[in-house]
Amino acid sequence: MFRQHDRLKDSYDVVIIGAGGHGLASAYYLARDHGIRNIAVLERGYIGGGNTGRNTTIIRSNYLTPEGVAFYDESVRLWQDLAVDFDLNLFYANRGHFTLAHTDSAVRTMRWRAEVNKHLGVNSELVGPEAVKEACPQIDLSCGGHAPILGALYHAPGAIARHDAVAWGYGRGADQRGVEIHQKTEVTGIDVQGGRVRGVHTSRGYISTPKVLSAVAGFTPRVTHMVGLRTPIYVHPLQAMVTEPMKAWLDPILVSGSLHIYVSQSARGELVMGASLDPYEVQSTRSTLDFVEGLSAHMLDMFPFLSHARVNRQWAGMADMTPDFAPIMGKTPVEGFYIDSGWGTWGFKATPVCGKTMSHTVANDEDHPLIRGFGLSRFERYELTGEKGAASVGH
Amino acid sequence: MKIMPCPVNGPRPVSEFVYGGEVRPMPEPSCTDAEWADYVFNRSGIPGVKIEWWYHIASGTWFLAERDVVADRVLRTWLPGEDAVQGGAR
Repeated sequence: MFRQHDRLKDSYDVVIIGAGGHGLASAYYLARDHGIRNIAVLERGYIGGGNTGRNTTIIRSNYLTPEGVAFYDESVRLWQDLAVDFDLNLFYANRGHFTLAHTDSAVRTMRWRAEVNKHLGVNSELVGPEAVKEACPQIDLSCGGHAPILGALYHAPGAIARHDAVAWGYGRGADQRGVEIHQKTEVTGIDVQGGRVRGVHTSRGYISTPKVLSAVAGFTPRVTHMVGLRTPIYVHPLQAMVTEPMKAWLDPILVSGSLHIYVSQSARGELVMGASLDPYEVQSTRSTLDFVEGLSAHMLDMFPFLSHARVNRQWAGMADMTPDFAPIMGKTPVEGFYIDSGWGTWGFKATPVCGKTMSHTVANDEDHPLIRGFGLSRFERYELTGEKGAASVGH
Repeated sequence: MKIMPCPVNGPRPVSEFVYGGEVRPMPEPSCTDAEWADYVFNRSGIPGVKIEWWYHIASGTWFLAERDVVADRVLRTWLPGEDAVQGGAR
């Protein structure tokens, strides 16, 4: 599916660190739309082996701030013809997405999100518990009696897709256009002279380049440290798990902030489930029994009949969190060093639009209009882009 | 369940504690806006052994912990102003 390259060249026009969805999408659009093909994508592990392959694959645009809604809506639009673009089945399944509200204040937030969404042309509406029951008859609307569902934000465009295929599609498309993808190649340092990027030190030797794009999710602080840049990013693990496959019964995607759950059923029949972030910093991908116990208990509140279901696998990813739950993207004070980061627990759905906007930013050395609310400099101006109400558990 | 050695109550399940973040020196209020923004927002996100604030909920105890954030191993814990007591990961 991809060419294997025996050696690195001495120089490239652009070096992209990280061969996950975001890095490969950026390479793909740089080659396809901007005619820049002398690109190396460096990956310390294997293609799509980081958070691209560890998320729970939910795609939606029902965010809270106008900046966020416009950005994610463009991403949902880009998803639509991606499979045709790649000539590869992404198993994109439009399921509909319910964010459940168990308290009056949650109902108010859902109404707020619905109105912001409608104003910006995004299909979201506030619905009552009966609409949830109709879409998902198996649910216990009282959630065991202690967290009754009062309503929900319904977002019809909500979808899931096969995450590995997204990385493969972008990777193959970039590869066919001349981009070199180097797996098992770790970046060990970035050469900055006079405030400008000059090159990259790797585990396979030095390469010179005027432009470096970092798209490394939970490894972002290690990379920004290499160029002496301080950021607000902090790393916590995010865990997920799947059950054994079962007959198809859950069509929509369900999210509950109060119960810390998001769940969908994959094409293979597994229930794919996640919860909120681990409560403290850990920079590894270990997973815990506490997580399985906590999430299972909350799942049983909603679906008591699942008490016999077995959990087959669990895993974790390192989430690069920001103080306002919005990403950090674009140019930096180091000339030629660009970041696509702060994707915490909400990055998969944004893969196409990140590729589009970061390729524009790198090619023109100018932030794309859609990402101007997401610059690193917003923090020193105290101009945050508050997305916590829509991003924290609502993946 | 992971065990955290509380300097007051001894080894307790980590679910009884709240993480308070890395210890960071506060600049003088006379500092520049840029220095204050750096203090408010920026973090040392790189892995390593860090000194952190932790809080034991049941007894209302704030204390300090030295922890390896890659291995998630607590090396020692102590009360502010006291010498460190030996902790250790379980």
